[in-house]
Amino acid sequence: MALCAPPSNPNTLIVKYSIVSLLRNAFSHHEQWPLAWRSPPPKPEYDVVIIGGGGHGLATAYYLAKEHGITNVAVLEKGYLGGGNTGRNTTIVRSNYFLDANAHFYEHSLKLWENLSADLNFNVMFSPRGVLNLAHSHADLEAYSRRGNAMRVNGIDAELLGLDEVRRMVPLLDCSAEARYPVMGGLLQRRGGTARHDAVAWGYARGADSRGVDIIQQCEVTGFSRSGNRITGIDTSRGHIRAGKIGLAVAGHSGQVAALAGLRLPIESHVLQALVSEPVKPVLDTVVTSGAAHFYVSQSDKGELVLGGDLDMYNSYGQRSNLPPVEHAVQSLVALFPCFSRLRMLRTWGGVMDMSMDGSPIIGKSPIDNLYLNCGWCYGGFKATPASGWCFAHTIAQDRPHALNAAFTLDRYAQGRVLDERGAGPFAWAH
Amino acid sequence: MMLIHCPHCGARDVTEFTYGGAGAARPADPAAADDPQWADYVYMRDNPRGLHDELWQHSAGCRRWIAVRRNTLTHDVIATARPGELPPR
Repeated sequence: MALCAPPSNPNTLIVKYSIVSLLRNAFSHHEQWPLAWRSPPPKPEYDVVIIGGGGHGLATAYYLAKEHGITNVAVLEKGYLGGGNTGRNTTIVRSNYFLDANAHFYEHSLKLWENLSADLNFNVMFSPRGVLNLAHSHADLEAYSRRGNAMRVNGIDAELLGLDEVRRMVPLLDCSAEARYPVMGGLLQRRGGTARHDAVAWGYARGADSRGVDIIQQCEVTGFSRSGNRITGIDTSRGHIRAGKIGLAVAGHSGQVAALAGLRLPIESHVLQALVSEPVKPVLDTVVTSGAAHFYVSQSDKGELVLGGDLDMYNSYGQRSNLPPVEHAVQSLVALFPCFSRLRMLRTWGGVMDMSMDGSPIIGKSPIDNLYLNCGWCYGGFKATPASGWCFAHTIAQDRPHALNAAFTLDRYAQGRVLDERGAGPFAWAH
Repeated sequence: MMLIHCPHCGARDVTEFTYGGAGAARPADPAAADDPQWADYVYMRDNPRGLHDELWQHSAGCRRWIAVRRNTLTHDVIATARPGELPPR
């Protein structure tokens, strides 16, 4: 067995996943694989404690260890790894943003995605199958032309497609003149696509653990101990933990945990739903989105159509599905793809989104000296996972943001530097 | 399906209504409010997990704004009234 012991934690033996380890474990009927990460009891003190064991928190711990050599780190998770929004999204990865700050950040993320399986030695099944935004009007085409040009100026791939190109690329799409949403073209980012969301949490967890990070599940944060403008320790359901620096990466529950530290955030929590159909043979080899219908669909490797759309549009912490948005998503699917009308829907679910007031995230310092914030991910936290962790680790380690997340500060709202995520002009009441 | 009891029309499906948010009070003296107070009013949210007093418009019904006390975790509608007339908690 190919074994290597990382110097930071000589008690952990990590199997390097490869064809050799796969063959070797085949002889023992795959019953001898070691656990991918340890589950140690919490230590009394850490240099850095990350609250939230989803993709963003685990990626932060991984890059703290890998890029900054900070390994006395714990990740605290209330439930189980990736049981929140990491396991509830629709796995789409893209960097087709208009405004510079978002474009550079998400493009950095996409570049990390492109090498993530090799970097983590864990197959995150990144599949750059393309993300196609449909244009249904001349105004749509003008807007996509503008966005595509902005992307190309920023060094990001973008192609404006005409109707014939869209028809060839997505033959099942209703491109007829009688279509409910007539198709006139689209904006395509070929390097975008999908990834296996659970594997992202597991891969980052394994990579962080192998570098000495303690991953502590079933550990809920219940309060903070303060001394002046610093947090000295964290009260948890598994005891008190002292911490030098604290990073908050709890997505939809950011407001709840921040309130424990006496902070209010420009965030509302809303439920966002998705659903999958029964599995069918491969019929759709790209991600198709429609801004007019507020809808997107792709096909998973298991054959299910994965679809979703809007928020329920009222404050909610209910991690479950409600029928009106499901009906909207299915109506949109059938309007765009009449051939799917006889598919049955298999599963629906909901996740709690941290909707920021300008649609863009917050990664940066907080009003408390040693508390750092990572929140406001709205509809798009999954694709941001690698860059979010990478930038958050830099911000925590250096006590200042990296250039890539310098615009994502909490104080931008009070200073009038809001970053309109859609590139459609700033307004204060995005959510 | 969530039912909201409109004080004017009776119990109606949630799809007849448009959500209007928490409806925080504007600064009492707008001319005297400073930038942090305005930023707090415009952007900051209490975002509770539990009871939430909020405004909804019965947009596909009588089109009037109503006050709703709702649980954000269970979606239970606890009370509805005309704006400003919800009973104290």
